Amino acid sequence: MNTIVKHHHAHHFASAAQEFSAAKMGMWLFLVTEVLLFSGLFLGYAVMKTLYPEMWHEASHHLDWKLGGLNTLVLITSSFTMALAVNAAQTNKAGEKNARLVGLLTATILLAGCFLVVKYFEYSHKFHDGILPGAHYTYGGINAPNAHLFFGLYFLMTGLHGFHVVVGMGVLTWVLLRAKKGHFYSEYYTPVEVGGLYWHLVDLIWIYLFPLLYLVG
Amino acid sequence: MQDNAHHDVAYLHDGKGLKSWLFTLDHKRIGVMYLFGVLIAFALGGTFALLLRTELLTPGKTFVEADTYNRFYTLHGAIMVFIFIIPSIPSALGNFVLPLHLGAKDVAFPRLNLLSFWIWGIGTILALLAIVLGGVDTGWTFYTPYSSNVGGAVTMMTFAAFVLGFSSILTGLNFIVTVHKMRAPGMGFFRMPLFVWALYATAILQVMATPVLGITLMLLMAERLLGIGIFDPALGGDPVLYQHFFWFYSHPAVYIMILPGMGVISELVTTFSRKNIFGYRAIAYSSLGIGIISFLVWGHHMFVSGQSAYAGMVFSFLTYLVAIPTAIKVVNWVLTMYKGSISFDTPMLWNLSFLILFTIGGLTGIFLGSMGTDVHLHDTYFVVAHFHYVMMGGTAIAFFGGIHYWWPKMFGVLYKEGPGKLSAILVFIGFNITFFTQFILGSRGMPRRYYNYVPEFQTLHQISTLGSYILGVGFLIMTFNLLSSLKRGGRPPRTPGVRARSSGRRRPAPPSPTTSTTRRR
Repeated sequence: MNTIVKHHHAHHFASAAQEFSAAKMGMWLFLVTEVLLFSGLFLGYAVMKTLYPEMWHEASHHLDWKLGGLNTLVLITSSFTMALAVNAAQTNKAGEKNARLVGLLTATILLAGCFLVVKYFEYSHKFHDGILPGAHYTYGGINAPNAHLFFGLYFLMTGLHGFHVVVGMGVLTWVLLRAKKGHFYSEYYTPVEVGGLYWHLVDLIWIYLFPLLYLVG
Repeated sequence: MQDNAHHDVAYLHDGKGLKSWLFTLDHKRIGVMYLFGVLIAFALGGTFALLLRTELLTPGKTFVEADTYNRFYTLHGAIMVFIFIIPSIPSALGNFVLPLHLGAKDVAFPRLNLLSFWIWGIGTILALLAIVLGGVDTGWTFYTPYSSNVGGAVTMMTFAAFVLGFSSILTGLNFIVTVHKMRAPGMGFFRMPLFVWALYATAILQVMATPVLGITLMLLMAERLLGIGIFDPALGGDPVLYQHFFWFYSHPAVYIMILPGMGVISELVTTFSRKNIFGYRAIAYSSLGIGIISFLVWGHHMFVSGQSAYAGMVFSFLTYLVAIPTAIKVVNWVLTMYKGSISFDTPMLWNLSFLILFTIGGLTGIFLGSMGTDVHLHDTYFVVAHFHYVMMGGTAIAFFGGIHYWWPKMFGVLYKEGPGKLSAILVFIGFNITFFTQFILGSRGMPRRYYNYVPEFQTLHQISTLGSYILGVGFLIMTFNLLSSLKRGGRPPRTPGVRARSSGRRRPAPPSPTTSTTRRR
């Protein structure tokens, strides 16, 4: 049986509830900054698409919507396992085994890894064709000029998102290690909750990236 | 009572050695580290300013080449904006005072607070590295396509600004949560001191605007490293888009700089007029009002950048709106002083200096916000003078007023009043000589950032340079006065704010006057 480590709130908080709500608000604010960070890229996307609508249309057809769709499914599933993980932590009683929490967190991390593997194949295929970011772009298969702009933004947007996936995996691994030690139970599960919030945002950003890059064109 | 011992200057002796400071989670110690950090940055940025002014003593070469001059003004601007002003009041004074004002034991996330300081340190080191690695001559605005193609350490400097942005975001995030979640029982939003209101509005801007700077600088780095091209016309991109990105952050950033200064003034004016603040709610709301409008006016930096005339008109109109909440504040400060029992202690002299300089800065801003006038004045010394009146005459002066005001609270010692007053007066005089001449120079057509000028401008340039030396002397006296008080030690016999009514908590050593809260009894 796991030994449950009782959580004591930090000295500058009056109660565990205050600590929890502060942490949650902090994460929500952080998510606001993340949305604003990506908003710049979305704006760049909108302006470039308006400037070169035909090029955009043509270039977007060179992305593989099937792989993008697969990755969308993978991430949505990972958000689902994450939501279940938060629920598992919330319903876990102090002193009880939390195999469900550990299993769900592991599944979330594995799905995130799965996303990156698919992304790796997509990227390497593009690199092979000479579709590289910026000045390294050498692909000749698109007639409309300035196609490097589309792919430049494609790599920046998916690259920054991919970086967030990696960070998310790191955060969730830390949560997983603590979960294995039995740190989380119904009265204390802040890291699971805020880690989950972050993970849902990473998923949500992809849900915008996928149609904008692969489908709308 | 146990907790109140916390607020004593005992925190200074809580641990010994550098490590006890660098790894502290105490908001007071972090505030003190920030204080000395930003003051060193101010000295560095100020040195570049004096070098610039010295070079401008004569047309053509005085003592450095044009390229060096370009690097000097870029470094002056970048250091003053990103390393000094933005963190100055919130991170140094705010960190120290905010939890005390709220009756909290610390900020909501002490570790994040320390991380923010470290990130600030790393960003500063990167910026200094950029200087060593060949400097930057793009101006602090890094306009493309020049910045995406020119040599020098632009990528490093951009990265430094990017890193510094994170520090700002973390401080802002921490403060918002602290204000929402850490107030002592009974401390409602409208019982908070006005300095807290100002920090709160600032924090919202820090959180909402800085990420946009982050992505802008990231795109600029991508331009330089990979040649993505979205800002480069040669590659099919749009350079004006960069300016929109940049000013979408950097205009709110102007209010990130000035709002905390306004907060300090709200505290000083009531303490040294021995009167409750006039129009508490109006000042509190106007902080938020300024914060909201600040997001809608960025286009006024781009009247001559090829933005449509229609957009220009809208931005011009919205810019005028900023004058309303700003004027509300100034009027309330003046009415607080009206029939008050004013004492001219050192912080009050800084405070009065602020009121005069900031009002001039604010009014000349209206000239620039009007599109037709701006076409004439754009990119001239008029603009330089305007934002120095607001940034330095406003924020920096309020910061120094605040430092003097809270100095006894922070260190348990009192500086000497004589040199304190002298430095405030010298800075006021030097400042006006330096920058009022620049209004005249600008209106006559002297362009900003130029190395050379026509001989007719020489007299005014020399007067301006003379003023900058007076400013320098004023700051040296101030520095010496403050530092020697630390060396002298001892307890302050009578502190500047001691007459102000406190909020009733026991305050060992110097009290932290929070009159603006007591006004509502």
